[in-house]
Amino acid sequence: MSTMTTEQTEALIQEVLEVYPEKAKKDRAKHLAANDPTVEQSNKCITSNKKSLPGVMTIRGCAYAGSKGVVWGPIKDMIHISHGPVGCGQYSRAGRRNYYVGTTGVNTFGTMNFTSDFQEKDIVFGGDKKLDKLIGEIDTLFPLNKGISVQSECPIGLIGDDIEAVSKKKSKEIEKPVIPVRCEGFRGVSQSLGHHIANDAIRDHVLPALDNDNSFQTTPYDVSIIGDYNIGGDAWASRTILEEMGLRVVSQWSGDGTLAEMELTPKVKLNLLHCYRSMNYISRHMEEKYGIPWVEYNFFGPTKVAESLRKIASYFDDSIKEGAERVIAKYEAEMAPVIAKYRPRLEGKRVMLYVGGLRPRHTIGAYEDLGMEVVGAGYEFGHNDDYDRTMKEMGNATLLYDDVTGYEFEEFVKSVKPDLIGSGIKEKYIFQKMGIPFRQMHSWDYSGPYHGYDGFAIFARDMDMTLNNPCWGKIIAPWKATESEEMKEAA
Amino acid sequence: MPMVMIRQGESGAMTLYIAKKDLEDVVTAIEFDQPDKWGGTITIGDGTSYYIDPLPCPPKLPISLRARRG
Repeated sequence: MSTMTTEQTEALIQEVLEVYPEKAKKDRAKHLAANDPTVEQSNKCITSNKKSLPGVMTIRGCAYAGSKGVVWGPIKDMIHISHGPVGCGQYSRAGRRNYYVGTTGVNTFGTMNFTSDFQEKDIVFGGDKKLDKLIGEIDTLFPLNKGISVQSECPIGLIGDDIEAVSKKKSKEIEKPVIPVRCEGFRGVSQSLGHHIANDAIRDHVLPALDNDNSFQTTPYDVSIIGDYNIGGDAWASRTILEEMGLRVVSQWSGDGTLAEMELTPKVKLNLLHCYRSMNYISRHMEEKYGIPWVEYNFFGPTKVAESLRKIASYFDDSIKEGAERVIAKYEAEMAPVIAKYRPRLEGKRVMLYVGGLRPRHTIGAYEDLGMEVVGAGYEFGHNDDYDRTMKEMGNATLLYDDVTGYEFEEFVKSVKPDLIGSGIKEKYIFQKMGIPFRQMHSWDYSGPYHGYDGFAIFARDMDMTLNNPCWGKIIAPWKATESEEMKEAA
Repeated sequence: MPMVMIRQGESGAMTLYIAKKDLEDVVTAIEFDQPDKWGGTITIGDGTSYYIDPLPCPPKLPISLRARRG
């Protein structure tokens, strides 16, 4: 199918919106658009970060998901208490595949679930006493924890518990940071506010720790990786190439990260920001308070990696610039056979993406390196600044959809007919049953890493494995296929 | 009275960022940009303007300030 024109894309949007009642139609129309790469300000054509429409199927998360699941959760040597009823912590436990090194339950706690397990009496009489007791128990049972964070679930805000007071008291008692995070699920319209709240908690409780301590030996090449959650080992794949070009990675936020690393971040020379959506707040804060510049980079696909390495190197002296060129030359040679192998198998395939954070725009380069084209992209919880960045990356008249509903996404797919869809687990089986190859792009479909050069080789293999799987030719049941052939013969 | 952060953008132009609205835009006009007075009405790319109480000297960017709708 040839690419669509702006008129065709707009006609498709209108057609899909037809079934909605008048008011819903008006609201949803603002969230869907045909891309125009010349527009600088995305808010002129697409609205984002607004409350989802009641009654439609959205796949957004909550503020608790943004704070506990995304920002705080991967910090491995801290214990993150899901404060409230048991479900929120249990159903989100270990689902995000943030890899880490350490012995779980001894000095690292990444995949464990700690919860205050609220009962009716805690709602009626308040849960502060329980929290107090719980923190004491945790510190006795897991003495190697470096700190505790209290991640509020909805009821905490509703009943008005004073977790700040309890945290302050217990912090003194156990002589470790106890950090209250007010990330009740009902706050905001999506997990995006949870990221912001989590960033603010880090700003207030973690970063000032070493403000008057200059004992850390710095080098001129200190950097920190911000907004890399080490999904399937992503941050490690990024870290190796940065270290190879001569930089010293002081901290990883927050995949495979530790509390000590985070406290040391204000000592670095440059913050490397991967996930802009979830960690730009803290980068801005560090720029203002500590004078650390930040730079956004993109480690998906060799073209973008090379671009980013040069951009990062431009902040340092010639030795790093040479290092960057050396690394690029070394890995380009390794990537050439990967591209030679997979590009002919994937050339011209069309992809639709609907994920969160940075992936709708960052993975475009990786697909293009494989000769594929992204024909539709959307964010679950993106804001205007995400769309500003996305619109420049996408082709003219491609589909943009913000907080797309289940119905809209299905209809778009039916008429755009992409060869591959990249989205989350909730969409996976709908589209696989429709006979369309699908990759779960939240946790790389249990594969990964996808960042960096090493990651690209895996990315290319995975895309090939999914797209060219023989099962897609067997979607029609054999008896139905023969029936239609017999009918043909009869006719 | 939103908090706004003014910083030097990647291209060198001044940008204004409003966390609450997640709006980052280039500063197109600033009322006072003199060595002894800085601030006043700041207009950004999409046409909206904000008022910042003038400072006695140009600040070191980035800086967070209270702004009023201008």
